[in-house]
Amino acid sequence: MSSTSTTNLPIAKAITAGLRDALRADDKVLLMGEDIGVLGGVFRVTDGLHAEFGPQRVVDTPLGEAGIVGTSVGLAVRGYRPVVEIQFDGFVFPAFNQITTQVAKMHNRTNGTVHMPIVIRIPHGGGIGAIEHHSESPEALFAHTAGLRILAPSNAQDAYWMTRQAIECEDPVIMFEPKKRYWVKGDVDPDRRPELSPWQAEIVRPGADATLLAWGPSMPLALESAEAATEDGIELEVIDARSLAPVDYPTIAASVRRTGRLLITHEAPVLGGLGGEIAARISEECFYHLEAPVMRVGGYHLPYPPARMENAYLPDLDRVLDGVDRLLEH
Amino acid sequence: MIQLLAADGTRTPHPELDEVLAGRGGDDDLASPQRLRGYYRDMVMIRAADLEATSLQRQGQLGLWASALGQEAAQIGAGHASREQDYLVPTYREHGIAWARGIEPWRLLESYRGVSHGGWDPNELRTHPYMIVLGSQAPHAVGYAMGLQRDGVVGTGDRETDTAVLALFGDGASSEGEVSESFTFSASFGAPVVFFTQNNQWAISVPTSVQSRVPLAQRSRGWGIPSVRVDGNDVLAVLAAVREALDAARAGEGPRFIEALTYRMAAHTTSDDASRYRPSSEEEEWAEKDPILRLRRHLEQLGEIDEAFIARCDEEAHDLAMALHHHIHGMEDPDPADMFTHAYAEPHPIVEAEREQYLEYVAQFEDDAEQTGERS
Repeated sequence: MSSTSTTNLPIAKAITAGLRDALRADDKVLLMGEDIGVLGGVFRVTDGLHAEFGPQRVVDTPLGEAGIVGTSVGLAVRGYRPVVEIQFDGFVFPAFNQITTQVAKMHNRTNGTVHMPIVIRIPHGGGIGAIEHHSESPEALFAHTAGLRILAPSNAQDAYWMTRQAIECEDPVIMFEPKKRYWVKGDVDPDRRPELSPWQAEIVRPGADATLLAWGPSMPLALESAEAATEDGIELEVIDARSLAPVDYPTIAASVRRTGRLLITHEAPVLGGLGGEIAARISEECFYHLEAPVMRVGGYHLPYPPARMENAYLPDLDRVLDGVDRLLEH
Repeated sequence: MIQLLAADGTRTPHPELDEVLAGRGGDDDLASPQRLRGYYRDMVMIRAADLEATSLQRQGQLGLWASALGQEAAQIGAGHASREQDYLVPTYREHGIAWARGIEPWRLLESYRGVSHGGWDPNELRTHPYMIVLGSQAPHAVGYAMGLQRDGVVGTGDRETDTAVLALFGDGASSEGEVSESFTFSASFGAPVVFFTQNNQWAISVPTSVQSRVPLAQRSRGWGIPSVRVDGNDVLAVLAAVREALDAARAGEGPRFIEALTYRMAAHTTSDDASRYRPSSEEEEWAEKDPILRLRRHLEQLGEIDEAFIARCDEEAHDLAMALHHHIHGMEDPDPADMFTHAYAEPHPIVEAEREQYLEYVAQFEDDAEQTGERS
């Protein structure tokens, strides 16, 4: 249902709107990152914000991811709410120490006296024909670290509201943004706060035969697969995980109890990926409801390949449907 | 190298820094006899606490201890050079900084005993938590300083509110990339932060000579950050240099860097064996430069110290050590269920579920114990 305030925006612009409204709502919010000011960010997500809010609140930083995230920790101690942009997923690793040993643990280290309301925005995933380190899916590395929360919007409405809600959250939040979908439009209603918590998964397509779980950049593939499966008379229930830390296990488990089967697809390598953790937990919780082992379709145990090979690496319609077939063989 | 007190306690005049010590702008005289006696007492106290902590570790009461023995002047000097509103960002060996800040030694021992990861409120004490991952705290210091700029408490000329950050790290940490990035960010934004390195000559077993081809004090100059090297065993030199640098940072002149040459008289930690890598002759040589002895000699030359004062300090230090001993021996382990309390600021379903699982698991054993008790 749309209200009069609903606008049709690309995901990137929905995030821009979320950032702008957060900057207007709270003068402790500030943005930091490489090229986010005058240029508006390499994906133009911060376009226009430097002009509107000035260089003290939309900060063009030197190149140094550890410095960007590390200074945001000090700003948070001082009472600010920094929103950090990492240009590409593969560039987050120079800041890995700050994120995992500092951002994630400062609240715990101070017995709860200090909050770390830091948002780390990371353009996420492949399929854009980019060079090395521009197409990775490191969500499991961060989901494994207690103290962090992770959101993965897949549509414009979530992109807007998750931006707002991540900034409002008193815990650090990593927001993985589906970069190949930045320019896909969707309805956004900035005046109506969603009833669904950002930490909850959403059933985006009901179905009775099996549950298909995905998030972020994999959501269009999941929906496409569900549509294609109907040609074989298979009704897939599609769930958008939305939150990767915490994962909303109750919603996923309830679906699996109805369908008896679960297929998880993500771009990250299957080995050690978040899908494995979800599979294990659903196997524990839903063992007597499962008609088949939980299956996964994802990337291979390889460095993300050069662009001319990425179509073979990334899950596609055929690989997901093959996974569905294997799931239904049981 | 800036030195105001020679090893034999002789005072060397320094026109500019003497003015800083005398209280440029109406401060109390930082080098008054009363203050000097206060620094002496502080150093004696913190050394006693340090030795007692080492002893407590040997008794199995602490899992580890990182001694600051020999670095008392650097830490007491830097701690007292800061003003009340300044924010101090220490590493894990800054017991003298904590003491100067009014943080009781037993609070420092909590993390070494393993009952917390620190636990004080950084904003209340204006002191960042102790930091284990070397150099990680340096960008925090810069970020906090950037916050001060945005809060309008830099360069206003109001000495009561203008604020700066003192970031402390050792020579080993200065090799970390995050320290270099901190130089970059602080210089780029003109952040009011003073980096203070205690070069205690050794990063566990690696001497400073392996870490740097130039004196550490030169490093920040590549970033355009002015720097000085001071005698870190000279409490007056440290006081003056740090006060001068913090005043400049508060005034909006941007970052500064100070290298204090000192010596870690003990091993890196109680798990380390310094005899494997450094000659005892070096330790003996540095013992001659002892910071406490040096200030005592200076006070004796001034005729401002007597045996009664020295004895009183020693007695107070002994009492502190005994209090620490009793406090630690009486310290109870925290309830393990508390480990679930502060992972997140907001409710987290998985942590809450795991806490419940833990409590149910533990309750089983309590039930078993009760049943066993009934049978016996």
